[in-house]
Amino acid sequence: MTVLDIVKSFELKIRGGKDQLDEEITGGYASDLLSDVIAHSRKGNIWITIQTHPNIVAVATMKELAGIILAGGREPDADTIQKAEEEGIPILISPLFTFELVGKLYQKGISGMSSC
Amino acid sequence: MDKTDHNILFHKMFHIEGGNFTSAGLISDQVKKILKEAGIPKKVIRRASIATFEAEMNVICYATQGDLSLFITPLFLKIVVDDEGHGIPDIHLAMSEGYSTADEKIREWGFGAGMGLPNIRRNTDEMVLTSTFRQGTHLEFVIYLERQETQLPFE
Repeated sequence: MTVLDIVKSFELKIRGGKDQLDEEITGGYASDLLSDVIAHSRKGNIWITIQTHPNIVAVATMKELAGIILAGGREPDADTIQKAEEEGIPILISPLFTFELVGKLYQKGISGMSSC
Repeated sequence: MDKTDHNILFHKMFHIEGGNFTSAGLISDQVKKILKEAGIPKKVIRRASIATFEAEMNVICYATQGDLSLFITPLFLKIVVDDEGHGIPDIHLAMSEGYSTADEKIREWGFGAGMGLPNIRRNTDEMVLTSTFRQGTHLEFVIYLERQETQLPFE
């Protein structure tokens, strides 16, 4: 399943990295603490968060994540969008809150690590 | 770790202002760009970016100010960070995953997971951390250019 597949399935809004939607998703991670994401996400993961500042793009780039979904309809800061364009990281928005969104992604076959 | 005296190909020092969350990540961005331009292997850049990002965040979260120095040698990268600030009363505790003294403001920005120092250790080959409580912290780490992640002593 690619990033574009989930954009279509969940009618996500795209706010950056729209040319990078063909990457295959390897799994998912949900957290709002950046160092936790650095420690536990994996390459190609889709990351669900409510953080909107530019450092989410820095983290996604360092960990080579497939993209970021902002839950609860949150909009990224303007400089976050700019950085996402520079780094080629898709930033997507879902109106669903984190719990609902993760549940629906899981039903679609995107899973996380079973434990640390 | 006094092996940087010889063969330093590049050295640059960056100043970090404590508490300035809006500019957080700018220093590690600059370090990453320098490493890319220097032709450092991608895997090393990824590890160095993570460790530098975490080190920069620690200064922003817990210090009034600090300096971060990057050294590039033919064999390894070395980063040295000195700050003036809270300091760490118990380094052993600070190195354990999940332990954090972050306040509400720090957590609002998504920091304070208690994973910063463990992430630095995990992504570097050598790490030295010393601190004087209520004065400041000294951190230095080395990443070898050739070494593979599977050989890390801490994994």
